[in-house]
Amino acid sequence: MPPSDPAPLHLAVALEGAGWHPAAWREPGARPGELTTARYWADLVAEAEAGLLDFVTFEDALGLQSTDPAEADGRTDLVRGRLDAVLVAARVAPLTRHIGLVPSVTATHTEPFHVSKAVATLDHVSRGRAGLRVQISERPDEARHFGRRTASEPASVLLAEAADHVEVTRRLWDSWEDDAEIRDVATGRFVDRERLHHIDFEGPHFSVRGPSITPRPPQGQPPVSALAADASAYPLLARSADLGYVTARDAGQARAAVAGIRAAQEAAGRAGRPLHVFGELTVFLDASPAAATRRLQRLDSVHGSAYTSDALLFAGTPAQLADLLLDWRRAGLGGFRLRPGVLAHDLPAITRGLVPELQRRGAFRRSYGASSLRGLLGLPRPANRYARPAA
Amino acid sequence: MGKPLKQIHLAAHFPGVNNTTVWSHPEAGSHIDFDSFVHFAQTAERARFDFLFLAEGLRLREQGGRIHDLDVVGRPDTFTVLSALAAVTEHLGLTGTINSTFNEPYEVARQFATLDHLSGGRAAWNVVTSWDAFTGENFRRGGFLPREERYGRAREFLATANELFDSWDGGEVLADPASGVFLRDAGAGAFVHRGEQFDISGRFNVPRSPQGRPVVFQAGDSDEGREFAAADADAIFGRYATLEEGRAFYADVKGRLARYGRTPDQLKILPAATFVLGDTDAEARELAREVRLAQVSGATAISYLEHVWNRDLSAYDPDGPLPEVDPVPGENTVARGRASVRMFRDPLATAREWRELAAARKLSIRELVIETTGRQTFIGSPATVAAAIDDLVQQDAADGFILVPHLTPGGLDGFADTVVPLLQERGVFRREYSGPTLRDHLGLAAPRIPAPTGP
Repeated sequence: MPPSDPAPLHLAVALEGAGWHPAAWREPGARPGELTTARYWADLVAEAEAGLLDFVTFEDALGLQSTDPAEADGRTDLVRGRLDAVLVAARVAPLTRHIGLVPSVTATHTEPFHVSKAVATLDHVSRGRAGLRVQISERPDEARHFGRRTASEPASVLLAEAADHVEVTRRLWDSWEDDAEIRDVATGRFVDRERLHHIDFEGPHFSVRGPSITPRPPQGQPPVSALAADASAYPLLARSADLGYVTARDAGQARAAVAGIRAAQEAAGRAGRPLHVFGELTVFLDASPAAATRRLQRLDSVHGSAYTSDALLFAGTPAQLADLLLDWRRAGLGGFRLRPGVLAHDLPAITRGLVPELQRRGAFRRSYGASSLRGLLGLPRPANRYARPAA
Repeated sequence: MGKPLKQIHLAAHFPGVNNTTVWSHPEAGSHIDFDSFVHFAQTAERARFDFLFLAEGLRLREQGGRIHDLDVVGRPDTFTVLSALAAVTEHLGLTGTINSTFNEPYEVARQFATLDHLSGGRAAWNVVTSWDAFTGENFRRGGFLPREERYGRAREFLATANELFDSWDGGEVLADPASGVFLRDAGAGAFVHRGEQFDISGRFNVPRSPQGRPVVFQAGDSDEGREFAAADADAIFGRYATLEEGRAFYADVKGRLARYGRTPDQLKILPAATFVLGDTDAEARELAREVRLAQVSGATAISYLEHVWNRDLSAYDPDGPLPEVDPVPGENTVARGRASVRMFRDPLATAREWRELAAARKLSIRELVIETTGRQTFIGSPATVAAAIDDLVQQDAADGFILVPHLTPGGLDGFADTVVPLLQERGVFRREYSGPTLRDHLGLAAPRIPAPTGP
């Protein structure tokens, strides 16, 4: 095999409202009045699955959308209101068969015990296709929705807490060994209690005893992912994640981000552990570069100002995007999470334009070859940390 | 002419983590595979049941300091599995038990509002409360709640959630691309709650769901629990499924409604009930006996006795006589993570009664437990069971029943095939759903948003 034939790309799509551009909801086909219906989300995920994508993520937050970082902005011209991401993922699970389903969860205000069993259950109802995208919230308005935190804490504390949150979530997934349910009629025992484990986590933010009430999920450990907007989140990725998203703006930044994450893995003593790094891009795709640029300009003009983002805004053709993705792959990225500028337009452009383009270049799958999200991502099913090796 | 026939409400309780559920039967399937939930829910919907019911406990049960291993152990996250079931059913109500002690109103309200959206108006909430430090060990705040405050917390939790549900009135989302107006009201979702348990404010982020609020269930049997139900619930999940006890409970709870300006039809009384069907009544009685033997093994009988005695009885022979030693009074330290141990308010008296019964009828420990606990509510041919259910409802011992089969996932199949058609022939149970929402099935009016009360 020639050295220029690396592993195929992984592709994910980030689902958010009508799309990532603030004016997306006003575009043809956007269905802005249906954002709280099951049919809307089921249709989007079906489109992503038809394009053989690895997974979709569902954005979420514990507060109303706002352009102001501290409080509600009072705007009436933008999408406001959303559904709980875990429940949307669960609602579409029985309607799909292959694609991974990755809801976003805010560690800052949630109970790891609840999150662990919710994602385990998503894995059960999807038969091994669940993941988790963990995030923190620094927003004071969200803190006031819970009234539990009084002082505002720095991001470093919230990131460390999120790492503890994931640690508890993961220990709870392992708190049941795979073969804990024995149904031994002779002794009348349904479970072997030696294969159920207290997790006894003690940390500065919480302590959790366990075990979970939910048996170990089919994947053992559903993949955990997180967005690292900058290097401050690399320790979280190194300690807790199977997959990190980085917002590089060019191949050089992508290479630097990958190096930084690998160094954080070394520092955490986890150098050998599989950790994918995906690039994060907002995309506007059309048949010609000029058409894509014109559309982005038109959206900006409808919105009244130019859309800016932490991720690179890409406007061009599917072939140009394929060039860019393959270039950045050489910088060490294993895949990409694409944010469609307008879901009604750019999601089909990904599944029907970009995907065939990548397939022609031998860089993307032509059929689903695995039945779990870990399988799609090439991640082995992990052994249970509490299981004693067979004698 | 008598009064018009009452329409019966029926619900299906997914078999739980207690010894009602027989896991050793050859037909007993998985309690966690989604296929089991799909089969169970689709059977309930085929039978035109009002709703599916899921219980919840947030810590695995322990007995004598070790995880209790004799019953089914393990269950899914309530919200997540109900949301998935919304995809494989169209009409069936989806009722989840959610604890008001180890959750926060903002999160729970958005989960129920989301479930209601994703199911097209079929969500219901069985509000339960606990206080034990044992369960609290799994959560951030630990066992923070004094026992006597648990209903105060539950009522304030529900009131706060209702304020969040009502913070959107349903008319805010215009989503008009031409004008560029997404929201008609810049203040949609605004709320302020200042109370003993919760001091929160901001903007709720889920627009109003099809039912406005989920249907609310209450399950407690204490005076406080009944009062909570009379004030705030749409249905109460009762314990009394016999004529005399049922009528007394029914009259008591319905009698409390007027105090809150409510009418008797605004609170449904739905006791839990088990059943065993046979081709004949005699065959059903024989099957019921076999089911009881499967439910109460020797080890389960000893374990059950330990709930009352509150001490280690593992040295006793389940086929021998009852213990001579008396129960240990006070807080139950042997069985943890169970609501049922609170039924034995006077363990010394219970032990005395059981010893007398066992002596008089020459019963072993296992026979005594089979005799005194968990006898099936309805035993008989389909015609006998249909008549018994109808009779209890028409005589105001209940408005219907939450049926608890002993087998997963097929335990409801026979009931759906044989008893439901007989109830339909009697004209007391629906042949088709009359509307899309759970409120439609239960005959409950849409909730009104209270007028703002001054500044």
